[in-house]
Amino acid sequence: MSYSKRADGRKFDEMRKIEAKAGVIPNADGSAFFKIGNTGAYAAVYGPRNLYPRFLQNPKKGILRCHYNMMPFSGKGNRVRPGGSRRSKEISLVTGKALLPVLNLDEYPNSVVDVFIELPETEAGSRCAGICAASMALADAGLLMKDLVSAVSVGRVDDRLVIDLDAVEESYEEGPVADIPIAMMTNSDKITLLQMDGLVKKEQLMEVLEMAKKACKEVYDIQKQALKDKYKVEKQVAGEKNE
Amino acid sequence: MNENLRSHIIELFKSDLRIDGRKLTQYRPITVETGVIKMAEGSARVKIGETEVIVGVKVELGKPYPDMPDAGTIMVGAELLPLSSPNFELGPPSIEAIELARVVDRGIRESKTLDFKKLCIKKGEQVWILLIDICTINDAGNLPDASSLAALAALRDMRFPKVNGDTVNYQEKTNKKLDLKNSPIAVTVVKIGDKLIVDPSTEEKEALDARLTVASLEDGTLCAMQKGGDTALTAEDISKMVDLGLEKGKELRKLL
Amino acid sequence: MGKLIIKEKEIAVPGELLAEGMDHLPGAGTYREGEMIVAGRLGLTYVDGRTIKLIPLSGVYIPKIRDIIICKVIDVSFSGWRLDTNGPYSAMLGMKDATSEYIARGADLTQYYDLEDYVVCGITNVTSQKLVDVTMKGPGLRKLTGGRVIEVDSNKVPRIIGKQGSMVTMVKQETDCSITVGQNGLVWILGKPANELLAIRTIRKIEKESHLSGLTDNIKKFLENEKSKLGGLK
Repeated sequence: MSYSKRADGRKFDEMRKIEAKAGVIPNADGSAFFKIGNTGAYAAVYGPRNLYPRFLQNPKKGILRCHYNMMPFSGKGNRVRPGGSRRSKEISLVTGKALLPVLNLDEYPNSVVDVFIELPETEAGSRCAGICAASMALADAGLLMKDLVSAVSVGRVDDRLVIDLDAVEESYEEGPVADIPIAMMTNSDKITLLQMDGLVKKEQLMEVLEMAKKACKEVYDIQKQALKDKYKVEKQVAGEKNE
Repeated sequence: MNENLRSHIIELFKSDLRIDGRKLTQYRPITVETGVIKMAEGSARVKIGETEVIVGVKVELGKPYPDMPDAGTIMVGAELLPLSSPNFELGPPSIEAIELARVVDRGIRESKTLDFKKLCIKKGEQVWILLIDICTINDAGNLPDASSLAALAALRDMRFPKVNGDTVNYQEKTNKKLDLKNSPIAVTVVKIGDKLIVDPSTEEKEALDARLTVASLEDGTLCAMQKGGDTALTAEDISKMVDLGLEKGKELRKLL
Repeated sequence: MGKLIIKEKEIAVPGELLAEGMDHLPGAGTYREGEMIVAGRLGLTYVDGRTIKLIPLSGVYIPKIRDIIICKVIDVSFSGWRLDTNGPYSAMLGMKDATSEYIARGADLTQYYDLEDYVVCGITNVTSQKLVDVTMKGPGLRKLTGGRVIEVDSNKVPRIIGKQGSMVTMVKQETDCSITVGQNGLVWILGKPANELLAIRTIRKIEKESHLSGLTDNIKKFLENEKSKLGGLK
């Protein structure tokens, strides 16, 4: 058997449609919404803010806390019970690790930067969408950051290497599948998140990493534009009012 | 309670102004969007000013309660997500979240807008359970009104999924809608000093003396109420608050 | 040959290439990576001679020595007051820096500054661990009574104040309000109700349009228009 055509008609190196918007939650210090296909993620950043209990504080630098959560109605299927699962705890952990390398928290000792990621809709690729939204929210919050983090899931379906697996491909049964979520600091080509489940040969992995680089660059451009648009929109609104 | 803020709010009332420049009985701009969550069987997003909530309805098959063998049921949950306010924390639902869910639940349940018997598939064995979840995106005050409106809009948007024997096929929705008999609308009236206002902002919520959420139907029948805040109300206060709740309820109903 | 990649007064995002070559120097909010100067935060580009820096457009208030800030009293202890600086770090106001009056040992400190009071104070010291000391001794430093306090983005404060205070002076005069702007983004306003609301709307407009050119003229026009709509000040 061979995987010759993707179910939704995309090219093998083509991502689903992406939408991104910065500054969507007025209460937050920084926020963003990132959507890829039918998977959407809100991210809000609060902080740096004071941190209690005190024993959690680090007098040398600020700490980063990430929390990933799916809204109860976000999945196709039964309701997701609120309160978190082992899965969401693990994703929270790896999300934090994916974002930390770009942040400089030395200026904020004893404080915390909280990142809350909430998914209203999920259909494959939710951790990557969450990371993309969170990275934009951190930039919007004005934190010192050397790069944005862009993420996409890549992998293999049967004999093909593909970018941005959708739900159908994740559960493809006629051949081996590997799902590899990857996050990158795009401008320095460094990888900050790498997970994998499924079956893949090393050569395929290296090839798919190259494909991920290209895709992350595209994601970065969308994130960058959305951040610029937030401030540009303000410019336009201001211009109109003055006429 | 913040005393300085409260006295300043009362000072502005003398000029018939509120802290954000609104008139006393004026809502912020409201938008209602439905069908915003593809994965849910019904959904709605409501914004009141900067306050934003999403409500999603999931349906499941279940067994009826033994004392009501021929009736389905609803469950309302609310999550005050820490994403939506610096004041909300992680962890199990706070007392405020539980109150919010129960106020919304009573508005829908007691209005009898839903005939629970029509949610019965096989008496004593299989019924529909509607799981209505409220998620806050940004809390800038007045979550009860926004949540109630979004819950009703989401129920109106709901389509039943297909059923294959004992399991739900969530991949396919039917055209079958819920049969809603009326539209219960909640309006929260707030008392600060001796004035009544609607649609409190975050600051006004911090400074309120008492609040009364009034859920009412098209014909002016009241279907649920909840008094909150730390001070007591007189019967005269309540009469005025209910009148205001009914009047504003009519305005909000037009948005659906 | 070095070259500037980005235009001046443009919005740059983290990781964005600002300049190539060694002709330019990395300023605040940027860093050098080999031959390149790269944005180290989201901000507005500003080229000052050879130096490229980024002016922050967002971010919480981090205390700096000599800043004049508006704080809320959040705790009263035996020896002083703890103040909320509208950021992650609280400040300490000691008894000896609190007032020129003599405070007797064991006196009830709430009679000077009570919980929830707002004060204008000056930062005298910030340690590397961000312990903050403030004083109330100095011109303009005082307790704020009446009026109200609003929160703005602390990064926009320089524009709200304007060159030598020109912007805030104009808003004060045009709206007939007393206004004090803290560098931590808290702004105190006292005036008649309609005037107060106009002053707040004006400050919000400055905050939102802070990075645009012609700001002063725009604000002037805005105030004239709004005042004629109100039928003059009450």
